[in-house]
Amino acid sequence: MLNRVWRMIIKEFVQLKRDRYARFVLIVPPILQMLIYGYAATFEVNHVKIAVIDYDHSQESRDLLSRFTFTGRFEAAKILNNERELKSLIGESDIPLALKIGPGFAEALRKGETAHLQVIVDGSNSNTALIAVGYVNQIANQFSQDYARNRLNQVMPAMVANVPQIDLAPRPWYNPDLNSQWFFVPGVIGSITLILVVNITAFAIVREREIGTLEQIMVTPIRPFELILGKTIPFFLVGLADVVLVAVVGTLWFQVPFLGNPLVLLLGVTLFLLSTLGVGLLISTLCSTQQQAFASGFFFLNPAFILSGFAFPITSMPRAMQMLTYLNPLRYFLVILRGTFLKGVGLNVLWPQMTALAALTFVLLVVSVARFRKSID
Amino acid sequence: MNLRRTAAIGRKELIQIRRDPRSLLIAVVLPLIQILLLGYGARLDADHIPVYILDQEGSQNSQALLKGFQASPYFDVVKVARNYPELVRAIDADRCKLGIVIPWDFSERLGDGRPVSVQALLDGTDNNSAQLAEGYATAVVDSYANRIQLDWFSRHGLSQQATVPVSVDYRTWFNEDLESKNFIIPGTVALVMALMGALLSSLTIAREWERGTMEQLIASPVTPLEIMIGKLAPYLIIGLLDAISCAAFAVGWFGVPFRGGLGAFFFTTTLFLIVILGIGYMISVATRSQLGASQYALLVTLMPTAMLSGFAFPIDQMPVAIRVVSYVVYSRYYVSALKRIFLGGAGINDLIPEIIAMAIYAAVIAFFATRAFRKQIE
Repeated sequence: MLNRVWRMIIKEFVQLKRDRYARFVLIVPPILQMLIYGYAATFEVNHVKIAVIDYDHSQESRDLLSRFTFTGRFEAAKILNNERELKSLIGESDIPLALKIGPGFAEALRKGETAHLQVIVDGSNSNTALIAVGYVNQIANQFSQDYARNRLNQVMPAMVANVPQIDLAPRPWYNPDLNSQWFFVPGVIGSITLILVVNITAFAIVREREIGTLEQIMVTPIRPFELILGKTIPFFLVGLADVVLVAVVGTLWFQVPFLGNPLVLLLGVTLFLLSTLGVGLLISTLCSTQQQAFASGFFFLNPAFILSGFAFPITSMPRAMQMLTYLNPLRYFLVILRGTFLKGVGLNVLWPQMTALAALTFVLLVVSVARFRKSID
Repeated sequence: MNLRRTAAIGRKELIQIRRDPRSLLIAVVLPLIQILLLGYGARLDADHIPVYILDQEGSQNSQALLKGFQASPYFDVVKVARNYPELVRAIDADRCKLGIVIPWDFSERLGDGRPVSVQALLDGTDNNSAQLAEGYATAVVDSYANRIQLDWFSRHGLSQQATVPVSVDYRTWFNEDLESKNFIIPGTVALVMALMGALLSSLTIAREWERGTMEQLIASPVTPLEIMIGKLAPYLIIGLLDAISCAAFAVGWFGVPFRGGLGAFFFTTTLFLIVILGIGYMISVATRSQLGASQYALLVTLMPTAMLSGFAFPIDQMPVAIRVVSYVVYSRYYVSALKRIFLGGAGINDLIPEIIAMAIYAAVIAFFATRAFRKQIE
């Protein structure tokens, strides 16, 4: 039996080697995706361009405004003289934020009244806008605090030391600089292997059916189960090689740390690859042409990708969609990937994901193998 | 170019679409699935962020701060942790995204004016959610701090000082409640167009080769230009119908505002479809196999539209090299136009730069597409 499976594996590799398209698909898209996600997929908010209108022209207004550009979060891109210019600026240029200080700002401050900083936000990109608004609040609040202490200092210097002060000290764990690459690069390993393994597995089997060589295999002494092993082991190995390729490029090129136990990751990768093989096998039983396999693959992969937490957090989805994600192997694998890469956690933390993934994989394999055996009978 | 012959090719293509269940699926069902998936699945809002709070002091003051988190719509205080290790384990195991540590000397420090730091342990894995959570948490702490300070000033007979010096007033334009669905969904129209247009048009010529009807087509008196226009016109119409249904879905189902001109919407969509269909057609001519054609078409249209168009990832945050590349990505202009039409209320004359860029693109693609196909049997 081993011998027959071995022959089959050799045959698959020879086929892969001679298939120019397959060779291309195995190497170029993974690297390309890694680079694109590494560089283009970013939710960071730095150097946000702002427009500034200062009607007050006072020491205080200048002080407040200079604090914005000082942080590196903002960049004063335009100084406006009046509000009318705003209309043609916000929403029509790449400046999403305008700060306006009205006349009487300094006067209100000196009188002990509340002075107003008006912020006009282009909400089209709600995400950038929200994060930028957070920074604006922080800066304005700091200014406010400093001003209040100063004010008190002038009347009762002795009291200043007693004013209660509280601030929030953020400590981002696992990704201290909140770098987008650290979030996306481990995820790419999951998305690439998913797309790749599902497609090549489904294609390899359907191709044999399409060009009629499946019949030839049927008349050889190989048994159905051996055929399945012979068909899936090569793609398992190919998937594993791609995981290593992307992981190495990701850690060396993008400097994403790998803190966890490689064996834990290997267990996760194995389970995940088995589940993708199951999906590929299942698709192959539903299709008789590669064209159909491609379409079916797309109908599975597209939602699997969107509903995985790869880019869009699952917790932001509506309840029903969140339920759907529990059926998605990629969902669990992404937690395992990020857990081992960034958090450095082990099985004591990742066991729920491992168990769920194993259960899902088991069901997928049982169903697909059963269907596959029936389809070749 | 003969109109009658072109129309005949168009009619043949329409019949082919009607009798091919897969084409129908791509033309009718796929856009719907796609807009539902992205409309519900592609969201970035962070509300009900799970929080653990470790209150090391347990005083009235710390309880008041804790209540601030409980009252915030952005946070769900899952648990008040008993000790630090419990908090660490919760973050490790993804049970919470934020851990707040109120120090044991909280009230004491507040009382004598020594600065107090409330620690926010953030799960930074998902850097975007972490950033949002940090902003919301800062707001909670700042508003608590302001209250405490005003209180302190009044208690010490300094009520003339008991004002917040600067308050920030926000005016948000275009997407007033800063909902991510309004940011994402207009751009999904571009994704749907790219997906559907590329998949359908990439089949046009390849199908004729695969089914062996190409020789008949070549032997018929139609010119290459008539074939191209006749074959692509039905898809342009289908594409426009899909665009209407996507927009209707976005507005009617997801409640995204549509403030701009319908003319601008149709005009930019038509230009975009010309580019997409032209690319799909050229790929179809070049690969001659339906399978290869649809794979390449997806790679060339869907990938850049998803990644480099500003659909979800802001272009201005990308490195310079990628930003330069994005100018070549035609989808960038369409996505920008869509956002401005839906949210900003833009009409045709507000979109001149986008329209010029897309028109140049469409002209170049159309030019090459007309030359791509030759009536020749090898």
